[in-house]
Amino acid sequence: MLELCDIEKSYIGGTGRVPVLRGVSLRVGPGETVALTGESGSGKSTLLHLCAGLDLPDAGALCLQGRDISQTDDSTRARLRRGTVGLVFQQFNLIPSLDVAANLAFQARLAGRHDPAWQATLAVRLGLDGLLDRYPEQLSGGQQQRVAIGRTLAAKPALILADEPTGNLDEETGDAVLELMLALVAETGAGLLMVTHSPRLAARLGRRAHLKGGRLD
Amino acid sequence: MRRTALSALLSHWRRHPLQLVSVLLGLALATALWSGVQAINTEARASYARAAGILAQDRLERLQPADGQRFPQEVYVSLRRAGWAVTPVVEGRVFHDGHGVIVLGVDPLTAPRGAMPGAVRAGGDFATFLGPPGLGYAAPRTIAEMEGAEGLPPLSPAPDMVPGVVMMDVGVAQRLLRAEGQMDRLLLSPDQPKGHAPLETVAPELERHPPQAEVDAAQLSGSFHLNLTAFGFLSFAVGLFIVHSAIGLAFEQRRPLFRTLRALGLPVKTLVGLLAAEVVLLALLAGLAGVGLGYAIAAVLLPDVAASLRGLYGAVVPGSLTLRPEWWLGGLAMALAGALGAAGQSLWRLWRLPLLAPAQPRAWARASARGLARQGALAILLALGALAAGLWGRGIVAGFVLLGAMLLAAALALPGVLALLLAGAERVSRRVLTHWFWADTRQQLPGLSLALMALLLALSANIGVGTMVSSFRLTFTGWLDQRLASEFYATARTREEARALHDWLLPRSDAVLPIWHIEGPVLGQRVEIYGVADHRTYPDHWPILTGEPDLWQSLAKGQGALINEQMWRRGAVKLGDRLTLPGGAGRRIVGVYSDYGNPRGQVIIGVDDLVALYPEVDRRRFAVRIDPARLSALRKDLIREFGLPEDNMIDQARVKEISLKVFERTFAVTAALNVLTMGVAGFAMFTSLLTLSTLRLPQLAPVWALGLTRRRLAWLELLRAALLAVLTMAVALPVGVLLAWVLLTVINVAAFGWRLPMFLFPGDWLWLSGLALLAGALAAAWPAWRLARIAPSGLLKVFADER
Ligand SMILES: Nc1ncnc2c1ncn2[C@@H]1O[C@H](COP(=O)(O)OP(=O)(O)O)[C@@H](O)[C@H]1O
Ligand SMILES: [Mg+2]
Repeated sequence: MLELCDIEKSYIGGTGRVPVLRGVSLRVGPGETVALTGESGSGKSTLLHLCAGLDLPDAGALCLQGRDISQTDDSTRARLRRGTVGLVFQQFNLIPSLDVAANLAFQARLAGRHDPAWQATLAVRLGLDGLLDRYPEQLSGGQQQRVAIGRTLAAKPALILADEPTGNLDEETGDAVLELMLALVAETGAGLLMVTHSPRLAARLGRRAHLKGGRLD
Repeated sequence: MRRTALSALLSHWRRHPLQLVSVLLGLALATALWSGVQAINTEARASYARAAGILAQDRLERLQPADGQRFPQEVYVSLRRAGWAVTPVVEGRVFHDGHGVIVLGVDPLTAPRGAMPGAVRAGGDFATFLGPPGLGYAAPRTIAEMEGAEGLPPLSPAPDMVPGVVMMDVGVAQRLLRAEGQMDRLLLSPDQPKGHAPLETVAPELERHPPQAEVDAAQLSGSFHLNLTAFGFLSFAVGLFIVHSAIGLAFEQRRPLFRTLRALGLPVKTLVGLLAAEVVLLALLAGLAGVGLGYAIAAVLLPDVAASLRGLYGAVVPGSLTLRPEWWLGGLAMALAGALGAAGQSLWRLWRLPLLAPAQPRAWARASARGLARQGALAILLALGALAAGLWGRGIVAGFVLLGAMLLAAALALPGVLALLLAGAERVSRRVLTHWFWADTRQQLPGLSLALMALLLALSANIGVGTMVSSFRLTFTGWLDQRLASEFYATARTREEARALHDWLLPRSDAVLPIWHIEGPVLGQRVEIYGVADHRTYPDHWPILTGEPDLWQSLAKGQGALINEQMWRRGAVKLGDRLTLPGGAGRRIVGVYSDYGNPRGQVIIGVDDLVALYPEVDRRRFAVRIDPARLSALRKDLIREFGLPEDNMIDQARVKEISLKVFERTFAVTAALNVLTMGVAGFAMFTSLLTLSTLRLPQLAPVWALGLTRRRLAWLELLRAALLAVLTMAVALPVGVLLAWVLLTVINVAAFGWRLPMFLFPGDWLWLSGLALLAGALAAAWPAWRLARIAPSGLLKVFADER
């Protein structure tokens, strides 16, 4: 489903090109859960953003559901993001102008897969059913992240990409949120690539990939 | 410490040059429009003062008959004999090629010392001055305008003379003005010899009047200048919106820095002081630029203003500007006051800021409902104030209070109204993107509301003034067609020629109607009193507003008088009252007619009545009813038979042309200010959108990540700005129409003395909506283009952990 071959990516820094990824290859199949670990600044987020089609690699092939997206244009990648990928960020990144219900439905409706029954189930499972008419700024961090997870799951994407989803939460809340997410991901059968730097959390996922010096080991 | 703090504070502007530009440009534009208008007003005021100072009339007492008519020269002679130190003045107007000049006949031998202009004194050649043909002194420009005018003596340039005035010997002026043996007034020398016979015994027909500190034109045009001032102020206020939002943003973004500085031990007093100094510095820079720009604006507009002042009030204001210190200092002070006012709220907040207040920028997002409610309450209060001013206020000041309160109320109410509209749209929208679009637009309101308020002000001013001017134009042209019923107007040079002319014209035309008038005091004001013939032209055409059914018969019988709207609206008299004419005769007011473009009062009585009351009336002017096809032949015959100069013959078309020209120029200034105000508002919108665009990335990045292209988002940004502009236009429309109504029924009545019917021009609104749409889209174009081209990493930064 997600297949990376020799991905390279560098940024233009103050001292010229700074290579971040120097040939990364990785596979995530349906139902598979992979933890991406590595030190801060090792390029985990960069890799995740490439997988989501938010940015393009300098070299290498990046196949999403059998299609190489490293050569596609903006709108094709936007369509892929809408329909195939679900993103969960450390900063939650809800849409501040929409209430919880609208945030939950947003991606599913964009993808044309809005399923009110499933969304209601999710809201109950995530403990959001009493908060549906609130706005993001009126929620705690844990609640916001649950909304972000619900937003992703509601669209039933084939692949979920999560960047330190519990990094901004205290340990207890983080554990609970992660537990919920893993359970729901298992139910939908989606693939999961999750960035974390906590070995404890990484251990709860099916597989672990460690990023170091621009390569996976 | 202080120096370090200041450089840290100022470094913000280096990193945000755009904000600096918007503060400076906003303030400079505001100052420019304000001081431009002030430059025009100051110039006019100075020239009125100069006019009042001619012959030292602003310092010398005068003797004049009670009815304001001329008196025989013998009265002057007997006063001199009795030992009075008086000097005679004959005054009148001469027209040539659409320009009128005041002719002042003076006597250099008896004039008090210092009363004569330098050139007249230095000329010294009394023999030439006394003539014939005599010698006239006038400003060089006036001489150029009167080039080729018949009857004037040779003119000599006198740079210190007020433009529009020709000064000559009293005898020469008497001949020129057909006032042989007559005088208008006598000026009293300040040092009168003692022991002369009292006025009552020597010249009982004369009254003693105090010096006239102001010329007529200064009083008459006061409202016109107030109008200009109001417009300048509106532009200034619109400009301040920009300054306020830019300074507010600069303060908001520096809050972490403020906190750091305070934590490092900088007292809040010093911090506020430093920031105030920064504002003062910016204000001085922008103020200087604004004053310069204002000077340029004034220089461009002044010729038009001068022309309309002359056409409307006969006030001659030079078309060129002088740089006066009181004016540019005033402009700088205004810039300072404006900047401090605009920064006041931010400074106050800082003063009250607790040391440990959260350093995060205030969420623009949070459309604080309480703020909107407070603003709405204030708007309602102001609207009530406007209503009160409209219901109980009188005069032009009340009119402007009404306008100001109304506009401010509308501006304050705008964000709330827009929020309601957007919330409604959000509720009914079905598609997810549309829903988000409305919700997101609503979220942008707080950041854009100042710019939108500025746009609202500019648009409603545009609609209001446009409606007023167009209504006026429509009414005015219709009225001209009525009023100028006669096809041709001829003026003889002498009384004898007038009689001959009349007899000659009679068989060659459908009618010859005398246009005879005197000037004199009525109800304490100097007015014109015309006599009309008993002819169907008048009942058929004269624009009567209200009156008795048989009013023309009353006039013909010498029993009634008509007054113009201006006199009527002043409220001293009403229909049926007795009007006391100069000299004491009384006539019943039987009707009121509209008399646009005339700042003075006017009375009409029967022509026989006029001649009976004032036998000395100038009887040289006639209106001729004739088939227009025969006009040019008539004109030729008149030249052949009587040798009438061109200046003495004028046809209907030409009068109309001149009147319309005066009209157009009167409103050219308002139109120009209107356009400038729109420009300022468009700029306000642009800077707001540009500053918002950087703050907006965190709101847009998630939507992008969830599957929208940057291009699509950019288009939506463009659409959003255009939509907000159009919605603002929709709110501006009723406000503008209301504004037009106030201008037409309150301000104009107070300023000019006439009331106009209102006509609506939906075509103009459509055009203006298009303009607003374009302004919104243009203002958003650059930020949207940047969004479309932003590198993904720019958006990805939003998701980075370190924030
Ligand atoms: N837009 C960018 N421009 C330049 N350098 C960047 C950019 N984004 C990330 N980097 C650099 O790339 C490296 C990897 O960053 P990132 O992928 O965010 O690391 P991680 O998520 O593993 O902490 C870091 O050294 C970071 O400074
Ligand atoms: Mg990261």
